[in-house]
Amino acid sequence: MGIVKGDQMVLNIGPQHPSTHGVLRLKVVTDGEIVSDIEPIIGYLHRCFEKHCENSTYEQVIPFTDRCDYIASMNNNFGYVVAMEKLMEIKVPDRVEYIRIIMAELNRIASHLLALGVYGLDVGAFTPFLYMFRDRERILDIFELTCGARLLYNYMWVGGVSHDLPVGFVETVYGFLDYFEPKLKEYNEILTYNKIFIERTADVGVLPPEVAISYGVSGPNLRGSGVKWDLRKDEPYSIYERFDFDVPIGEGTVGTTGDCWDRFYVRMLEMTESAKILRQALKDLPQDGDVHQAIPKKIRPPKGSIYQRTESPRGDLAYYIISDGSPQPYRLKMRSPAFTALSVLNEISRGWMLSDVIAILGSLDIVLGEIDR
Amino acid sequence: MIVDRLIEWFPTSAAWPGITFIVAVILCAVPVFLFIAVYALVAIYGELKISSFIQDKVGPMGQGVGLHAWRWGLLQPVADALKLILKEDIIPSSADKKLFILAPFIVFIGAFIAFSALPFSQTLIIADMNIGIFYILAVSSLGVIGIILAGWSSNNKWSLYGAMRSAAQIVSYEIPAALSIVAVIMLTSTMSMQGIIQYQSGLIWGFLPNWLLFNNPFTFLAFFIFFISGVAECNRTPFDIPEAESELVAGAFTEYSGMRYAFFFLSEYANMFVVSGVAASAFMGGWQSPIPGMLDTPGWGLFWFMSKSMFLIFMMIWFRWTFPRLRVDQLMDVCWKGFIPISLVNIFGVGIWHLIVG
Repeated sequence: MGIVKGDQMVLNIGPQHPSTHGVLRLKVVTDGEIVSDIEPIIGYLHRCFEKHCENSTYEQVIPFTDRCDYIASMNNNFGYVVAMEKLMEIKVPDRVEYIRIIMAELNRIASHLLALGVYGLDVGAFTPFLYMFRDRERILDIFELTCGARLLYNYMWVGGVSHDLPVGFVETVYGFLDYFEPKLKEYNEILTYNKIFIERTADVGVLPPEVAISYGVSGPNLRGSGVKWDLRKDEPYSIYERFDFDVPIGEGTVGTTGDCWDRFYVRMLEMTESAKILRQALKDLPQDGDVHQAIPKKIRPPKGSIYQRTESPRGDLAYYIISDGSPQPYRLKMRSPAFTALSVLNEISRGWMLSDVIAILGSLDIVLGEIDR
Repeated sequence: MIVDRLIEWFPTSAAWPGITFIVAVILCAVPVFLFIAVYALVAIYGELKISSFIQDKVGPMGQGVGLHAWRWGLLQPVADALKLILKEDIIPSSADKKLFILAPFIVFIGAFIAFSALPFSQTLIIADMNIGIFYILAVSSLGVIGIILAGWSSNNKWSLYGAMRSAAQIVSYEIPAALSIVAVIMLTSTMSMQGIIQYQSGLIWGFLPNWLLFNNPFTFLAFFIFFISGVAECNRTPFDIPEAESELVAGAFTEYSGMRYAFFFLSEYANMFVVSGVAASAFMGGWQSPIPGMLDTPGWGLFWFMSKSMFLIFMMIWFRWTFPRLRVDQLMDVCWKGFIPISLVNIFGVGIWHLIVG
């Protein structure tokens, strides 16, 4: 008998597929169920973000950043305004800084809730998804209370924020935190420590730290591989150095360090840390201060360029802005953490089965709006 | 049972035995079909409401002026069924048309004819064959042919994946299911459904009903193996990899719509009932009352059988909304490395137990 050689089949996953997290197309070469090659094909959501920015004023860029990573719009705003303020050397009032931290951390929790819930859906568990969406809803309500929008906020402006906090805001957020922190235990019970879930994710799609670093993977995906790297800690921007929080890393609790379960669990732990930051920020929030005070009448930065990195829920989100002294950016480049995370997909999912590819893709937590821009 | 009585009752039975037989079978088949349809509506409503309860939402609710799913959303499954019936029937141009049309019916027939040996009560069983349980196990595997046909004829890669997974899964899980039924047959020494249930009358250990579930530790284990294998045969979560929405879109049923899809849907629910019914009859005393001697007329028998089956269906729904999905190779591991060795040991254990304890 000779060697039985299977035929290879090319399978198109997406752009219309329940679990590609948007309009991603994966060209998968399979041998039966075993995947031998994956080519992600992107661009279905390309909206010329960077070119658009060159033809808009600096203020007009902020709504565009909302639409990049639409799951974490606050963090996208945050990165841009921090970069602009550094370029223009604006000192913003303390109250604004605290409000921004509160918003960014709330949005980090919301974004991780979505990522984890949808990940549960990817491996077939429907109920955790609805639990997490139920709680994400409360965060969106807080945002709606603050700026009127639930998804695309346009909240952070260069030098300030668009609206001051509404009456009773602090109590609402405290109420949310008191409600939310015990819920983490519920998520862990129903999903994280479920035997089947561990079977599906432990040891699957292991991303070794050196591969992660060489590809430029950042954020929870990098920390899942056991690398302690968080820009909030290592290159503090805004006022993050004032807060006391840990940077959770993957430790291979149920499998190998850097597997899907670690990437999942790091996000779970990060929500606890975000809640910790929120409690400190709410405690220290200055009671007075005009949130519009430092907003410049005309945004016309001096000639020069700036590269500012911030830690978005998906990782190292950076803006590179070149100014030629006019009211419009000469060039604006956004470094997308989800793009680098997607680039590592082929490397870590070769040899796994079709179901694992879905699990690995979900664990990388990509947002197509940010990849295509 | 009912078929035999009908044949005897017909005045013409001696003159035209063939026609009498066909009429009797049709007279039995129509109520069974109606029962499946009504039961499916109830089960779908139950699934909607139970999943809503589990997931912290309200589920279908009647709201506003007009019928709007009526009170408590009771008409929601009817509306769903109407929608499926009225939908456009699409057959892909690249599909193998004949097989594509045939597939849903084969799947449904597999589930449908198993009902003829289900003992609903002391008297209510269509045909009490002397190989009843064997017959049910045999015909319920017919559905897999339909699923393979559906996957192959759709001419779609997702369908093909779903069909291949389904074939591997259903064929594998038949083995532990059948082996755990062997343990039952060893004790009862009959394959007739009524015989198995009659064996389970009276008390055991002084206070428990003499259900095979409580008979000895090996049958206790056999029940769980049978029930979990049954869940796998119905393609329910955590074994729903042939449909695996997040991976395979809808697996073998991807290209189906409207009435044809409704038939797959109906057979899934019918299969759930068959598995639960067999589990209830073989391990939980079927129509026997849980307290022997109390409420055990044929009418109450129907009630006990239905409530036991519905309880097991509730368990399946509960599983579905709690667990993630297994991967295809893990599914096979569970079957071949877990269930089959355990059920073989089980058979041995039941034999020893029977020899020693009696």
